[in-house]
Amino acid sequence: MSIPFLIIALVTLGAAAVAMALRNLIHSALLLVASWAGVAAFYLWAGAEFVAFAQVIVYVGAVSMVVLFAVLLTRRSRDDLAVAPESLGRALSALLAGGAVLGVLFGAVLATGLKVAPGPAPTVSVLQLGQQLMGPQVASLLVIGALLTVALLGAIVIASTDRDDVGASLDDARGRRQAAPLQEPEDTP
Amino acid sequence: MSAAATTDAFLERAPQLLRDAVTGFLPEPWRWIVNGIIAIAVILAVFGLLFAFLTLAERKILGRVQNRPGPNRAPTPTLPFLKFLGKIRTYGLAQPFADGVKALTKEDVVPRDADKLLHFLAPVALLAFSILTFAVIPYGRHLVPLELDAAVLYFFAAGASTELAVFMAGWASRNKYSLLAAMRALAQLISYELPLLLSWVPVVMLAGTLSTTGIVEAQAGWKWGFIPHWHVLTPWGFCGFVIFMVSALAESNRSPFDLPEAESELIAGHLTEYSGFKYALFFMAEYFGMIALSGMAITLFLGGWRAPLPFLEFVPSYAWFAVKLITLLLGFIWIRATFPRLRMDQLTRFAWKFLVPLALINLGTTTVWSLMAGSTALQIARWPICLALVVVPFVVIGRTLSAGVAPRTYRYAAS
Amino acid sequence: MLGTGLIQGLAVTAKNLVGSFHDPARYTTVEYPEVKQKLPEAYRNFPFLVAENAEDPMGTLRCVACLICEKECPPQCIYIVRERDAKGKVVTRPKVFDIDISVCMSCQICVEVCPFDAIKMDQEFEIATASRFDALLLKKEDLAKPNTYYHQIHPKEAAEVDAILAEQKAKAAATKAEAASKSEAAKATKPASATTPSPAAPRAEAPKPPPAA
Repeated sequence: MSIPFLIIALVTLGAAAVAMALRNLIHSALLLVASWAGVAAFYLWAGAEFVAFAQVIVYVGAVSMVVLFAVLLTRRSRDDLAVAPESLGRALSALLAGGAVLGVLFGAVLATGLKVAPGPAPTVSVLQLGQQLMGPQVASLLVIGALLTVALLGAIVIASTDRDDVGASLDDARGRRQAAPLQEPEDTP
Repeated sequence: MSAAATTDAFLERAPQLLRDAVTGFLPEPWRWIVNGIIAIAVILAVFGLLFAFLTLAERKILGRVQNRPGPNRAPTPTLPFLKFLGKIRTYGLAQPFADGVKALTKEDVVPRDADKLLHFLAPVALLAFSILTFAVIPYGRHLVPLELDAAVLYFFAAGASTELAVFMAGWASRNKYSLLAAMRALAQLISYELPLLLSWVPVVMLAGTLSTTGIVEAQAGWKWGFIPHWHVLTPWGFCGFVIFMVSALAESNRSPFDLPEAESELIAGHLTEYSGFKYALFFMAEYFGMIALSGMAITLFLGGWRAPLPFLEFVPSYAWFAVKLITLLLGFIWIRATFPRLRMDQLTRFAWKFLVPLALINLGTTTVWSLMAGSTALQIARWPICLALVVVPFVVIGRTLSAGVAPRTYRYAAS
Repeated sequence: MLGTGLIQGLAVTAKNLVGSFHDPARYTTVEYPEVKQKLPEAYRNFPFLVAENAEDPMGTLRCVACLICEKECPPQCIYIVRERDAKGKVVTRPKVFDIDISVCMSCQICVEVCPFDAIKMDQEFEIATASRFDALLLKKEDLAKPNTYYHQIHPKEAAEVDAILAEQKAKAAATKAEAASKSEAAKATKPASATTPSPAAPRAEAPKPPPAA
């Protein structure tokens, strides 16, 4: 357990814990962003530069935007943003469910018997990563690419069908205006 | 001059020699730390001064374009026994320092119900991420602060994190107009993130590395003795360079994409509730972003610190970088003086419907270019093919997008 | 083609930038107060009283205190008190001539109605003061400026006024000479004694004004 590892772990877990505990949604979202940055720091500490920077670009740069926009666009007022458990029973059952998931994950990780590498981890260069992605792992890359494209197209389709009635009403207004143009005022004699 | 002669030339090695003279006596881990601190301090000092004089240059050039002088009245500070200093005419050179003093001494107004922590953190985070981007740009042959394998990705990762600070600024002001403007600014930043990233993918593809020093290495040499191998001098490189510069304009909120900070738009957008030093920090972050993106454009497309002609290699590499940087920054100012602001929907339309398809087609063009790198016949043939692949989509998409827009006709005004 | 308009725009701004260094049409700033712009001749700001010569401005004022400008001034910013001599008889000079320039609107009506071309419009605009009440009331001493100054600021107008005044003086002199010759002729034809006191004498002795108090 080296010092950098401890510090990064504390920051990541601490940010996540405080994010859970805070009532203000926006503060929670920003602390979650901090914990993602902590994960990126983990990758850096482990020597995976590419993954670390990709993590920052994707999570801190894009997913955080998604979360914040979603929070802001679905809450009507600032007071709505405070989140509190509705009752003790609900809080307890949430805790139990989360604890069960945590237990399963812990058990899985401990049971796989990951070997501790004898020496320093091999640094994988970006070139090797690219060759792996385009070679043995190309199938998963294509599947993920297709999935993301479908998601993007689906989002555009959903957004545009919502606008149909707005577009129709605009066309109606334009048609009415063209059919009966405004009368020019008569010059008073 | 051979490469060895230039790398050993005194002026080239002068920064290293200077640094080693100061820290050479320190033991090893301390020397690494102090070298790093010196690099950081030098970058902050140089780019801080560049920022100051860039604001002045912008105001004077904008003034001259608009038939007026820029600021030319700022006096030097005087003391009671040095009154003559106040009479010296500085032609505006003291203006940045006067502005700095003003920003520092202005009252820092924070709205009563504002989120104080976020309100304070937003300019700090913005500036921190903007400065982080300076770490991987090679300023000279031996002048890279940080040599990373995935340097280009690091640069854009740090740049993407600045968007978060914009949101924090708009949210923390507790002002619904600030929030709206922050949303619009975010939409702009995200829209132009995509063409920005897509425009350098061809460069990385052909250079074979994400490391900035590697990309500058890949642009070495001269074709026929006088045409440098810079990426901008190829069809796909020119297209990529133009897309990169336009997206850089939008990413740093610069005219004509300065909707977020224009005074006629929602006061000052997400900066409305900021005054004094925090406001100055926001502008510093914007200008640093501009400088960093120009530096990256130089690295990716303009050959970095390389001289344009072989006999000009005696000029040190950091001087060439400085010349190219100042040229690009003056280009930014020229563009600001010329073009009117784009509306929000025009902005996003331009990014998604024009720049992204062009950037994707550019990727294809680069592939064609690199596949035709065989015999000399192929190499000559690839020029017209790639030029066509760049120009035709530009014209076609341009025509399609401006299809319904004709020059305006007036009913009553005399022609 | 798309983009040609952009390039043309860039060329225009570049031309302006380069031209501002050598072409005065592309650098229109007048750096006031080091450089003052030349005012047009018809520019007017508050009025002033014309004095014939510069050595004795108070003594050679054209104003005869006819009070026409005081009556015609729309905001009534002129205050005149006529000079009276030792015996209380009115003398054609103003003792007090005050213009309140916080009220004056430079409408030039006083200039238009003055039959003696005694009050004309000045061009002074750098008269910002620090005190609100004292410095905004201009007295006779502040208002009196010589005819040479009038020539300086309104050359054409001053030349015309001088011509008119000279003409009037010539006509007055001509009629006086005619009247004198006629009276002499009348005196010559009249056989009466020369006991009539010549009426010219007392008027000739009409005292020229002492310096104003």
